[in-house]
Amino acid sequence: MTSVTAGAGAVPRKPKVGSLERQNRWALRGSYAALSVFVVMFLIPPFYMIMTSLKSSAEISAQKGNPWIAQNPTLENFIYLISNAQFQRYFFNSVWVTALVVVISMTIAILAAFSLSRMGFKGSQVISTGVFLTYLVPPSLLFIPLFQIVGSLGLINNTWVLVLLFPTLAVPFCTWIMIGYFSSIPRELDEAALIDGANYLQILTKIFIPVALPGIIAATIFAFTVGWGAFLYPLAYLYSADQAVLTVGIVRELIRGDVFAWGTIMAACVMGAAPPIIIYTFLMDYYVAGLTAGATKG
Amino acid sequence: MADSTLAIGAGAASTPRRQVGSLKKLARRRATTALLLCAPLIVLIVSLKVYPTFYAVFLSLLDRKMNSFVGFDNYIFLLSRPSFQLVIFQSCLFALTAVLMKALFGFVLAHLMHNIRGKNQRIWRGLLLVPWVIPLALSTLTWWWLFDPSYSAFNWTLNWLGFESIPFLGTTWNARIAVIAVNVWFGAPFFMIMYLAALKSVPEQLYEAAAIDGASAWQKLIFITLPMMRNIILITVLYSLIVTFADFDIVRILTNGGPQDSTHLFATYAFTVGIQSGNIPRGASVSLFMLPVLATLAFFVLRDVMKRNKEIST
Repeated sequence: MTSVTAGAGAVPRKPKVGSLERQNRWALRGSYAALSVFVVMFLIPPFYMIMTSLKSSAEISAQKGNPWIAQNPTLENFIYLISNAQFQRYFFNSVWVTALVVVISMTIAILAAFSLSRMGFKGSQVISTGVFLTYLVPPSLLFIPLFQIVGSLGLINNTWVLVLLFPTLAVPFCTWIMIGYFSSIPRELDEAALIDGANYLQILTKIFIPVALPGIIAATIFAFTVGWGAFLYPLAYLYSADQAVLTVGIVRELIRGDVFAWGTIMAACVMGAAPPIIIYTFLMDYYVAGLTAGATKG
Repeated sequence: MADSTLAIGAGAASTPRRQVGSLKKLARRRATTALLLCAPLIVLIVSLKVYPTFYAVFLSLLDRKMNSFVGFDNYIFLLSRPSFQLVIFQSCLFALTAVLMKALFGFVLAHLMHNIRGKNQRIWRGLLLVPWVIPLALSTLTWWWLFDPSYSAFNWTLNWLGFESIPFLGTTWNARIAVIAVNVWFGAPFFMIMYLAALKSVPEQLYEAAAIDGASAWQKLIFITLPMMRNIILITVLYSLIVTFADFDIVRILTNGGPQDSTHLFATYAFTVGIQSGNIPRGASVSLFMLPVLATLAFFVLRDVMKRNKEIST
């Protein structure tokens, strides 16, 4: 259909096609130009973050010259931070908390999604909907009652509180993504396995997990981002420096009100932002898939 | 129990009956397994999401020492306070303006991006998604440093171009615009990705047919693109309204509610009242003011999602 019309249009009216092509070329150039402006605007903060991290305290406090460029780039801020026991503690805390949160969240999400998408029992539809609904309950609604609950558990100012609470942020969305991916696996596959005598555990590990691997990676990235970047819960429940994670550690402990520490703060931000950025550069497609999964799969 | 004995008894009489019985047993075992697999999820959500929500309502009805019930006194007190009325105003302003701007930027960006095909699109998309990837607390710190009153890089540029310095976080409206700007910067890439995915799903034939009929670019936008994207635009905006309305990180770090409590949102105000000043019941009431708005938005999101689910399953 389309090839016919295109062919018919091309023969008698050649100049028209040429002008259309020219028009398209200009649209393309315009798009590039506009996108360049946006890219520059969007990348100002990360750029400035990196530039400041390369400045010495003396250079920042002098307040002379162009602030956008580091005049005498130095790595002293990074060296200071890497050898700083407090920063090491934040980083280490963030790493183990995030690792545990990812493992716990993904285990819960995969088991539940498998059950909800395949083993259809009474009320599974209600649970799926409920899970999605709790995903829409923001942490800023819950942090005050949770303060009381966490306090009664004796977990205030204990990093473990994050291992308990962060899964609540990650699990609903991860489950939602996984339900979408699991539902797209043809039923014949697990029926065949069932007939061959496989049990549910085998079906899950031998069929569902390998087939839905892209979804699992996307959900894992999401859980990682949550565990690494969440700010409200650690700010509310952890008050001493040795229990803090990166986000609160940097915001609360490194800021002591003087201008001169900004080089160090920005270096800390660069190091804090590096793990997500690195994962993102290598797994961008999964990252994007995870972002859009909520809307296109569900 | 009764079922299984019945099945066994029936099984003695005829073989096909027994098959049904064991199938039933199998089905029941299947349901038990299914419920067991869901159990961790249910426990987690009920104990740390559902229960706290109701507990918050209970807390908000107590007095400061949490000894006695005071009914709706906390809510009434808050509503009568000008500083809290400002919080309501600022939260609505923040959420509506920021989401509108994000949607607009996202829409424009998605269209620009859609013009570029192939490998180049990946690269540009990758660059534009960076704001979304950096942990928000850390990028907000950078914004603070960019806005810094004593040594703002923006002001240096303005001076260099011959303009006066602007106290970005110093006056009420500047600070309000600044927090909205940071939120737009952070959230626009998300809208772009969603809208780009939606654009890609619009069948190319529709545009070809419209082109043959002599439709202008504007007509294509109004009569093809927008109707086809309607669902995703709606759900993205609703979802983003929820998240933006409940936002905490940006205001907390950038202004901490200042100047003169004019940029506080529900979340940051609840933090100040509930955690920092230690008035748990009143803090709980502050954050519960979000509930009606969030519930309404969630209702519409849910309705849309259910509709789509039905469409997929049929």
